[in-house]
Amino acid sequence: MHIPDGFINLPVSLIFIALSALGVLACLKGARAQLDDKTAPLAGLVTVFIFAVQMINFPVAAGTSGHLLGGVLAAVLVGPYAATLSITIVLILQALLFADGGLTAVGLNLFNLSLVGVWGGYAIFLLARRFLPKKKSSIPIACLVAAFIQVPLAASGFVLQYAIGAESTIPVATVATAMISTHILIGIGEALITALTVSAVLASRSDLVFGWRQIAPQLKIGAKS
Amino acid sequence: MKEFLTNKFILAGIALSLVIAGVFSFYASSQPDGLEKVAETKGFLDTAKDPINSGSPLADYSVSGVDSERVSVGASGVIGVLATLVVAGIIFRLLAKKNSKED
Repeated sequence: MHIPDGFINLPVSLIFIALSALGVLACLKGARAQLDDKTAPLAGLVTVFIFAVQMINFPVAAGTSGHLLGGVLAAVLVGPYAATLSITIVLILQALLFADGGLTAVGLNLFNLSLVGVWGGYAIFLLARRFLPKKKSSIPIACLVAAFIQVPLAASGFVLQYAIGAESTIPVATVATAMISTHILIGIGEALITALTVSAVLASRSDLVFGWRQIAPQLKIGAKS
Repeated sequence: MKEFLTNKFILAGIALSLVIAGVFSFYASSQPDGLEKVAETKGFLDTAKDPINSGSPLADYSVSGVDSERVSVGASGVIGVLATLVVAGIIFRLLAKKNSKED
């Protein structure tokens, strides 16, 4: 879901560049307070992994494909501040190097994917986690729910942008229905990839998983984990 | 940031990313994505403008001048992974400085 140049008019695109820049700056500050030499390498890896997996478009319905957005995946693994930075790096490199997503549309894309996707998705993850048992196996389930909802949520960010700045005269309601229903389907793929990846990291290095570390029982020296 | 080279978990993850972007990417669906499909069926795809940098050597995940699509997509994926690694590595390293013990 990378918005090209032209869908949304220039003034609105520029407003979203400013909004997203403010959001990303706040996350730079937040990440600086949280990251240390143990968590920073994982943040780097998550960024690289999301770039790679975003290349894999999977088929959804009749002649449509989707790819991972990665907001919930990143937020659960490295926390939402670093996650916003990860997705931001991916989106900017995709636009600059691969002409994927317009250069003037970069603020629109950052807003939907690295702010709404990450923070909205992470809020749903926290909510789901609260209703599940405090067990390691609850984390992938909370990921399924949050990653699934994240995709239509990010799509509604585009609907908002379309409503205020569309170059086209096609009615907003028509676009909204089509965007949300298509992205609910893509959300299924997002949910599966996110839950599988988080499960794999939990199985090998659960100490690295931000969304589990916060509620994990404190390990005592000498105790079996 | 020695961890980047010494941590087996991180190295394995980077290797996996290289395989996904360098090899598996060739098998990705080439159907339009959700937004593009909606724009096409609802009739606003024609408002899209070609990116200013559409002529760049890596535009659309292919390396210009390489005939084989498999090699072209795979190479662009590998270049993308390495570029992301460098940029993310530098940014997160700088951000972690505050809370890291001095080497």
